[in-house]
Amino acid sequence: MAEGENEVRWDGLCSRDSTTRETALENIRQTILRKTEYLRSLKETPHRPSDRISNSESSDGLNKLLAHLLMLSKRCPFKDVREKSEFILKSIQELGIRIPRPLGQGPSRFIPEKEILQVGSEDAQMHALFADSFAALGRLDNITLVMVFHPQYLESFLKTQHYLLQMDGPLPLHYRHYIGIMAAARHQCSYLVNLHVNDFLHVGGDPKWLNGLENAPQKLQNLGELNKVLAHRPWLITKEHIEGLLKAEEHSWSLAELVHAVVLLTHYHSLASFTFGCGISPEIHCDGGHTFRPPSVSNYCICDITNGNHSVDEMQVNSAENVSVSDSFFEVEALMEKMRQLQECRDEEEASQEEMASRFEIEKRESMFVFSSDDEEFTPARDVSRHFEDTSYGYKDFSRHGMHVPTFRVQDYCWEDHGYSLVNRLYPDVGQLIDEKFHIAYNLTYNTMAMHKDVDTSMLRRAIWNYIHCMFGIRYDDYDYGEINQLLDRSFKVYIKTVVCTPEKVTKRMYDSFWRQFKHSEKVHVNLLLIEARMQAELLYALRAITRYMT
Amino acid sequence: GKERTTSGEGRERKAGPAALGLVRRTDRVVSGSHLAPLLGLTDPGFSDCPDLKMSRVTTALGGSVLTGRTMHCHLDAPANAISVCRDAAQVVVAGRSIFKIYAIEEEQFVEKLNLRVGRKPSLNLSCADVVWHQMDENLLATAATNGVVVTWNLGRPSRNKQDQLFTEHKRTVNKVCFHPTEAHVLLSGSQDGFMKCFDLRRKDSVSTFSGEATEAGQGTPREWVMTGCCVLRLHPSFAHGFLWRLYVAAPWGTLPSGCSKGAPRQSESVRDVQFSIRDYFTFASTFENGNVQLWDIRRPDRCERMFTAHNGPVFCCDWHPEDRGWLATGGRDKMVKVWDMTTHRAKEMHCVQTIASVARVKWRPECRHHLATCSMMVDHNIYVWDVRRPFVPAAMFEEHRDVTTGIAWRHPHDPSFLLSGSKDSSLCQHLFRDASQPVERANPEGLCYGLFGDLAFAAKESLVAAESGRKPYTGDRRHPIFFKRKLDPAEPFAGLASSALSVFETEPGGGAMRWFVDTAERYALAGRPLAELCDHNAKVARELGRNQVAQTWTMLRTIYCSPGLLPTANLSHSMGKGGSCGLQLMNSFNLKDMAPGLGSETRLDRSKGDARSDTVLLDSSATLITNEDNEETEGSDVPADYLLGDVEGEDDELYLLDPEHTHPEEPECVLLQEAFPLRHEIVDTPPGPEHLQDKADSPHVSGSEADVASLAPVDSSFSLLSVSHALYDSRLPPDFFSVLVRDMLHFYAEQGDVQMAVSVLIVLGERVRKDIDEQTQEHWYTSYIDLLQRFRLWNVSNEVVKLSTSRAVSCLNQASTTLHVNCSHCKRPMSSRGWVCDRCHRCASMCAVCHHVVKGLFVWCQGCSHGGHLQHIMKWLEGSSHCPAGCGHLCEYS
Repeated sequence: MAEGENEVRWDGLCSRDSTTRETALENIRQTILRKTEYLRSLKETPHRPSDRISNSESSDGLNKLLAHLLMLSKRCPFKDVREKSEFILKSIQELGIRIPRPLGQGPSRFIPEKEILQVGSEDAQMHALFADSFAALGRLDNITLVMVFHPQYLESFLKTQHYLLQMDGPLPLHYRHYIGIMAAARHQCSYLVNLHVNDFLHVGGDPKWLNGLENAPQKLQNLGELNKVLAHRPWLITKEHIEGLLKAEEHSWSLAELVHAVVLLTHYHSLASFTFGCGISPEIHCDGGHTFRPPSVSNYCICDITNGNHSVDEMQVNSAENVSVSDSFFEVEALMEKMRQLQECRDEEEASQEEMASRFEIEKRESMFVFSSDDEEFTPARDVSRHFEDTSYGYKDFSRHGMHVPTFRVQDYCWEDHGYSLVNRLYPDVGQLIDEKFHIAYNLTYNTMAMHKDVDTSMLRRAIWNYIHCMFGIRYDDYDYGEINQLLDRSFKVYIKTVVCTPEKVTKRMYDSFWRQFKHSEKVHVNLLLIEARMQAELLYALRAITRYMT
Repeated sequence: GKERTTSGEGRERKAGPAALGLVRRTDRVVSGSHLAPLLGLTDPGFSDCPDLKMSRVTTALGGSVLTGRTMHCHLDAPANAISVCRDAAQVVVAGRSIFKIYAIEEEQFVEKLNLRVGRKPSLNLSCADVVWHQMDENLLATAATNGVVVTWNLGRPSRNKQDQLFTEHKRTVNKVCFHPTEAHVLLSGSQDGFMKCFDLRRKDSVSTFSGEATEAGQGTPREWVMTGCCVLRLHPSFAHGFLWRLYVAAPWGTLPSGCSKGAPRQSESVRDVQFSIRDYFTFASTFENGNVQLWDIRRPDRCERMFTAHNGPVFCCDWHPEDRGWLATGGRDKMVKVWDMTTHRAKEMHCVQTIASVARVKWRPECRHHLATCSMMVDHNIYVWDVRRPFVPAAMFEEHRDVTTGIAWRHPHDPSFLLSGSKDSSLCQHLFRDASQPVERANPEGLCYGLFGDLAFAAKESLVAAESGRKPYTGDRRHPIFFKRKLDPAEPFAGLASSALSVFETEPGGGAMRWFVDTAERYALAGRPLAELCDHNAKVARELGRNQVAQTWTMLRTIYCSPGLLPTANLSHSMGKGGSCGLQLMNSFNLKDMAPGLGSETRLDRSKGDARSDTVLLDSSATLITNEDNEETEGSDVPADYLLGDVEGEDDELYLLDPEHTHPEEPECVLLQEAFPLRHEIVDTPPGPEHLQDKADSPHVSGSEADVASLAPVDSSFSLLSVSHALYDSRLPPDFFSVLVRDMLHFYAEQGDVQMAVSVLIVLGERVRKDIDEQTQEHWYTSYIDLLQRFRLWNVSNEVVKLSTSRAVSCLNQASTTLHVNCSHCKRPMSSRGWVCDRCHRCASMCAVCHHVVKGLFVWCQGCSHGGHLQHIMKWLEGSSHCPAGCGHLCEYS
């Protein structure tokens, strides 16, 4: 059986032209039918033992195809493709072949599927976004489906990501995906790792590299240290780190490449935060996203439980909500009241300078103790990411180590004035894109809070943003860190801290226990703030080191 | 002269650093007026400044004399801003952890006062900006990073000179500014998007200006209480201030719905505020979103004018000290712009592009067009620009080792002293006479080839005048034309600019490069078997009368497409052709020898050239044999019989018809053409066939007859079938000919025919690529692509880029090939598809003829912007000259 003939080309499906898609799908159908025929013929004829291997191999190949088709039938923004893929699957099933079905419940484990926009019911603007994303990547990933709560941000996010991964840039394509893998693996984010392993292979990356960083070129290995520090303790980055990368003879990075790499690393570190923070489920066509087993009668089998059983969870949440509905209602009210108070008495009550300074230190120190005690539901790392782990190096609190590290003052080095210029100088246009993304994330508001409308949330958003920067030791001279204590309650702080610093430890309980009355879209909004603030914090440290190296 | 050939080939060469503003001209050099201004670099840059060379300047103020030298002193900490006292003898330096006053003495800076007192320094002392009052020597104001505005009174007897504290801003204050003539008015601009005006006799601000406010005339006019009263002039009423107070709250209460009642919406940060020096009530403010606003201090409800000055934050602005209404702004987009604010709409007068974001801008005193800038990132130098000369800074100070954060002219009437503070913890005094002047390092000569071989040369007039006695080095066909730069009365440098431009034109009759365009368009480079490509290209060359090129193609075909798999009969057939080829060439010699009108020298050259091509031919017939084995092992992808048929058809045409048709024309061609063949002997003979050539050339003097005689037997022996394969197989290395071909390519490229080099390179592909180093290939490619683009042969150039294997070249097609389309209805960019707007859900590009959506090629009239399918419009305009949309426009299709 000639392999080339049976190679399936999915790229035709990304076309905006429906006839092109049609022919591409038809080709896929033909290929699948051929494979099926081949398999059946193997089964019918008694075969030698050596055939068994090829048999299982080709059935593997077929299963992959079917999984991909399943993904298309659910997640393709084009209706014709969805319907046709489903039709193909059905017809295959009629031939007696087992077809896969999606596992889990939608794009996120934390957010009920019904809350999330269904593909096919989006409005024109979102459809355009989906189509763009699909055309660029050949898929519509779960991250996109969750982020689409905030289409304005999503547009900017996709544009930036597309530019970073696919457009002109100093780094070759496979390097970019590999760096993405490295970054995601720091947080054991198997979701992102799996996605980018596929992309990495697709752009012609060497599969050997995936066996671990030590199999990659020396140049990429050199980046490992920066990746590690950047992910967990960015305040430790010095110009010596930069120098080490730039002056490594034949393995040295150019400044432009380094900036590209740094932007990629920070992007994927924070994206890993988002993935865990919103409980993104595995893609349908990836491992763990589908099963070939028929649904069992009792409607949940063992594998479902490991994936966080839907119905049970929901019941628990519902009961919890019922009990504390009045509690949580007051939570929102109390928060609103605090904001109002802060707004009003800010002019009157003026804290002394010493107190202002110490408030930052207190907040910094306190952020250290904010940690969840429960570490149940720990997602085990999947094959590839295992090779990149170095669990010996993790987040250490800034404050604990902060004694000898001077506080980073935004007034001396900020993104708008300094970071932007540097990035744009070395990697044109990216500064602009990231700047836009930061702006949108920071300024995004619908003036709502849970059930309240017409609320000015700027104070709350600023508190979240500055709290994250505070955890990284970045201080705003003009901010009263006492506000954070007033506005962010403990469970919220736990969530923020976990998502930003050790995202792999986020649990559904954490997600559910903060801001109980708030909508899911608002929680996703919080996540957007978290990831952008984190990205900016990491970028600031890295770029400052580069600037110091340059001067 | 040698230049003739190269220029005839349309090759462009440039002399001098390209960065100095020598633009690449895409069309014929017509007059000198385009190039001449570019050479103005040589003019003295400080022409309009008094007494540059003197550091001792009598100033307008009290006749005091400023003296000093370039000097610097170390500070304890990085500086954020500096400001000079009006007596020009003291400077204040402020930073996060420094706040000191230094006396500027003749030889050094002397620390005079440390204002940072107290055991535990508070954030109020962490200064983002500092300003010294220009009326009162005792009055200072600082902007703190925590949002506090502090004033300082040096006249206070205690150690702590802190006077007043304004804590109204919620975010960092970026800028403070005293009113130039009013003693008690202070303005601040903050990150929170507000500007506040303080009266120093009061405890809090008298008015607040919001960056969100609408422009006057756009917003709804409000009840205006203080009509017409000049509050600022009347100090007593100003002090009351209660009327002003009304307005502080006013804009907050009337915010658009959707904002909370309590606080105004977060507006864009204010980066700079500056009182106008001339207009009493006016100040300008710049914003992070690129806007600049003009305010009347009496009207806090709305700004007088607002416009977008920069892309990205505007970091600084400065009013011109003399020219009323001139405002200079500097932004993150690396630009300095000078605006005329006196007109109805702010008009951009000048624009200077710097190399890094502009952090500060300060007009130079007494020099109307000069301003100093420093950058926020990467670039540590201070530049002084003449805004009319935006490409090269007039002066440059390179003392600092880290970014410069503050600049100030020492005295408002003295242009030669500049003070600066920097992140490298140093304070500097720069003297203009010590400044480095990039202009001096600039190359004042410019040389540029026109597309059709014209040469423009510009230089200092003095230089040209000195050489005018010398004869231009061109041949008799050139007509040197000298242009003297026309003096533009509006140009302030009139009389000082002293460049002269000379243009050397090629012989009239612009068709000289016609062959290039034709060749480029008609050559086939890929998509067909090699043999076919070669034949096609040879035919093209022949039809254009370029016989040598044609022959080269034919030879390449013979070398690389030897029909290795042919049966013997066919082989003998083609071998026989080889023989006939030799015969034919001999014919050509004879013809040429008899041709009249050729100088003896030319004839000699010509015959030598042909002799060379003969040797090449010899080699090629040898390849026929050697390549056989290669072909067999490689397995030719060309079907044998196909190739054979081709051989017969084309060869016949070439070798049998040629003698009748082309040769009678040849002498003419030689004369009329730019005559490349004549140039053959200039180039070194390729090393490959050297020994053969030497043999042939030995009876040099005896002329072509001898050549032919000596060659003919060799030729025939090679073309005989009886030559055994084994003999040559063992003797010649397989890539024997690639050396030859390589030399041939180099030869063409050297000669200026880069077209041939690139075409052959593409056609032969892998066969020769490895023999030529990457850089040379890239160089050829870029030259050829450049030429093609200058001839507007976009399609061809694109094809060449596509077919090139050089990475740097193929990158050309990946960069900046995006075409952005905006919707014709809502003027928004159409992101996803080119024909449907996502926002207004309309099909943007309808064909005016068939009223269907145009996908693909859309042609439209630039006059009325109607258009449609290319075919439809073409057809329509054949019959009518009016626009098909019926708008009455007389469209023109060209």
